[in-house]
Amino acid sequence: MLLLDPSKKMSFNRCIRDGDLVIVYERHDTMKAVKVCENSVLQNRFGVFKHSDWIGKPFGSKVFSNKGGFVYLLAPTPELWTLVLSHRTQILYIADISFVIMYLEIVPGCLVLESGTGSGSLTTSLARAVAPTGHVYTFDFHEQRAASAREDFERTGINTLVTVGVRDIQGEGFPDEFFGLADSVFLDLPQPWLAIPSAGKMLKQDGILCSFSPCIEQVQRSCETLRSNFTDIRTFEILLRTYEIREWKMDCSKVDDDRSVASPPCKRRQPSGEGSMGDNPSSPAVMARPSAEARGHTGYLTFARLEHVS
Amino acid sequence: MSETRPQSDLIQNPRVTSEGCSVLLDINDGDRLVFARLSAGSTLKIGNKTCSLQPLIGCPFGSLFQVESGKERPYLSRFVPNSEEDNVEDEGGCQLQEESRDNRAIIDNNQAQSLTGEDIDAMRRQGATGNEIVEALIANSATFEKKTQFSQEKYRLKKQKKYAPRVLLRRPFSRSICEAYLKKYPARIGFLRVDALSLLLSMANVTANSDVLVVDMVGGLLTGAVAERLGGTGSVCNTYLGGTPYPMEIIRMFNFSNEICERILRCSLNDLCSAQNGTGEQVGQQEDVFTVESHSNCFLQEQTSLSVGMEEVHLSSESGVAGLVRENELSTVSKTHKARKAGGNAPKEAIQLWKENGFSSLIVAAPEQDAWSLVKDLLPLLSYSASFAIYHQYLQPLATCMRNLQLEKMAIGLQISEPWLREYQVLPSRTHPCMQMSGSGGYILSGIRTYTSQSS
Repeated sequence: MLLLDPSKKMSFNRCIRDGDLVIVYERHDTMKAVKVCENSVLQNRFGVFKHSDWIGKPFGSKVFSNKGGFVYLLAPTPELWTLVLSHRTQILYIADISFVIMYLEIVPGCLVLESGTGSGSLTTSLARAVAPTGHVYTFDFHEQRAASAREDFERTGINTLVTVGVRDIQGEGFPDEFFGLADSVFLDLPQPWLAIPSAGKMLKQDGILCSFSPCIEQVQRSCETLRSNFTDIRTFEILLRTYEIREWKMDCSKVDDDRSVASPPCKRRQPSGEGSMGDNPSSPAVMARPSAEARGHTGYLTFARLEHVS
Repeated sequence: MSETRPQSDLIQNPRVTSEGCSVLLDINDGDRLVFARLSAGSTLKIGNKTCSLQPLIGCPFGSLFQVESGKERPYLSRFVPNSEEDNVEDEGGCQLQEESRDNRAIIDNNQAQSLTGEDIDAMRRQGATGNEIVEALIANSATFEKKTQFSQEKYRLKKQKKYAPRVLLRRPFSRSICEAYLKKYPARIGFLRVDALSLLLSMANVTANSDVLVVDMVGGLLTGAVAERLGGTGSVCNTYLGGTPYPMEIIRMFNFSNEICERILRCSLNDLCSAQNGTGEQVGQQEDVFTVESHSNCFLQEQTSLSVGMEEVHLSSESGVAGLVRENELSTVSKTHKARKAGGNAPKEAIQLWKENGFSSLIVAAPEQDAWSLVKDLLPLLSYSASFAIYHQYLQPLATCMRNLQLEKMAIGLQISEPWLREYQVLPSRTHPCMQMSGSGGYILSGIRTYTSQSS
C-alpha cells in the first residue's frame, strides 16, 4: 500500500500483478479487499470474475464477469482499508482519523505510540503519516486481536512501519524503552487517566497526546489528570455530513439517475445562480441535499501538549 | 527502535527556536495570535507595553513567558508554571464543597475596587510583579469574598491577563497556522478550517514519496500542509491557470528545511497539459519565488528593527511579496545569506516524470473558481486509481462537478462531505460545548479516478 517500494508507486504504468492486494468496488457502500491470485476467482451477485483477467490491467480498471456484470479494481489506501477491514472492535472513521493526524502534528520520521490497537483502522493511517523513516508502536492487551492486526499490516504492506505489542497499558504503562522518545501518543482506552502519567513520561518536551473517549465522564476525568503535566488541553467533536445529488430537468419531468421514485410535483427548486430560467429550457439543474442518515456521535477527542518533562 | 534519527528529522522538526525562525505567539491562552520572526530587534506589543522578543531565541517551543514591568521597560521573562499555585482551574477541581454563595447582592456599579490607576502605576515603579498587582487588586476588592468560587477564578484570570499577560511560544505547524489565519484573516485562506484541511490531506492520500498536484488559492497554506506530510520526499506541484502563479506567502511560516523547500515546485497548467514542450526550465521570473530561510542559522534578508505593531501579519495582496514585515519598513541587510527557495519553477525532468507517471494525488482549494472547469483539465493528469479532493465554500459548484464526473465516467467513490467541528470546555462542574462555534468549514468533493479504455 505505502510507497516504500518504488516499483509499487502509483503510476499510469503500474499494472495489477499476481499477489497484489486490490480493493474490489461494487458500489460506494459495497467493497472488499482481495488478494490477486492467478488461479482464483471472485464470485458475487454480478457473476464470476477470473483473477487472471485482472493481471496486467491498470488499477482503477473496470472488469467484467462471465455474465457481463462489472466491478472496479482499486489500489488500496488507508481510507479504503478503513471501509473494508474486518471489525474486531469498534473502529475510528476518516473524520476522526484525519483530525487526529493533523492535531498530533505527525509528519514523516515521527515516533508514535498507540493503545489500543483495536482493528488497526487508525494505525494504518498513522503508518502512512510517519513513512518512510518513522515508526508506530501500537499495543493491545488482547493477544488474538494483536495477532490479527499483525496479519492485516502484512497484507497491506505496512508491517515494516508498525510494531504490535501485547501489553496492558492501563495497568503497566508504556515500556520504559520509549522514555522521552515519542513525538505523539494516542489513547483509545476505557480508563485513559490510568495511562496518562506513563504517556507523559514517554513524550518529548512539547509532544502531543490525544485521548479518544465516547463518554463525557471519561473526558472529564482525563482532563483532570492532564492538568498536572500538560497544557493546551482541548476537546473536540468532529462529524461528517454527506450530501446526495439529483438532477432536475427544466421541462418539469425528473431525470432519473438510477433511482426510481414517483415523480414529484413540477416545482423546480433552482439553487441561486444555477441555470437561468429563460435561456435554455432543457438544461438540467443539479441539486444537493444532506443525506438522511447521519452519524450522531463517535467520541470526544482530547488533545494536550506536554508541559513538564518528568 | 529508532534511537538514531536521521539528521534531516532534527532539522525539519526542530523543538527549539533559533535566530530568524518563524514562531507563533499565543497571548493569554488563545486570546490573541501573532506570527513573528525572532531576531535581536523584533518586538511584541501587548496592551500598551512593548517587549523585545530576544529572550525567546534559543528556547524550546512550548515555553511560557510572562510580561514583567521592569524598572526601565517591560520585558518577557521565562515562566515555569508551578502546577499547584498557578493553575487556576486546579483550585476549582480540588474543592467539591457545596457552593452557598450567589450573585444576588452584587451590584455592578464600578465602585468595588479601591485601588486606583495611579496606585497601580506606583506599585509598578516600585518593582511589583504582575502577580503581586493581581493579589493587591483582589485584596482591595469589596465584593471579591461575596463572589462564588467560579466567579472568583474568573476574576483572577481576567486581572492576570491584564496585569501579568502570558505569552506562549508555539511552533508553527499546519494546524496552528491554519487556526491562526482562520481567526485573523479567514478570507485569505478561503475559510478553510483545520478539520477541512486535514480531510483534504487524508482523502487525497497524501503520503511520502508521492507526487501531489495542488491548485492552491488559499495563500499557500495547502501547499505547505502537503509539503509537511511529504517530509522532504516526493514533490508537490503548485499549478495555476494563466501566466501568474498564485500567492504562496504562508509557506514562509512553516520553517521548512532545504530538503522540503526543494520539493515545492510550480508549473502552469498550460505547461503540464501541453503534449510536447520544453519550457520546463524558465530562467528569471524570480519575483514570484518566495524565499524561505534554511533552518540552520541564517539572517533574514528583510531583517530590520521591527517596530510597534509590526508583528501582526500583514498580507497585502497588491504587493507580490507578502510576509511578516510591512513593505515600507523593509531594509536590506548587507550580509544576505543564500536562502533556499520554495516554489521554484519545475525543471523539465520533473514535468517529464509527472507526465509519464501521472500525479498520485490531486487537491484543489480554489474557493472562488468553478470546480468542474478546473477538474476536467486536471483529472487527466492524475494516475489511475489515484485519489482527489476538492474544497469549496459553496455546495453548488461541487454538486455540478460531481454530476459531470458521473456522466463522463471519470471517477468513482464520489462523495460530497461537510465537516462539522465543535469544541468543548471541560472543567469540573462546568463542562459544556463552547459558546462560540464555527458555522461552516466548507464542503469537500472526494473521489478516485478510474481507467477506461478511452482515457489515455
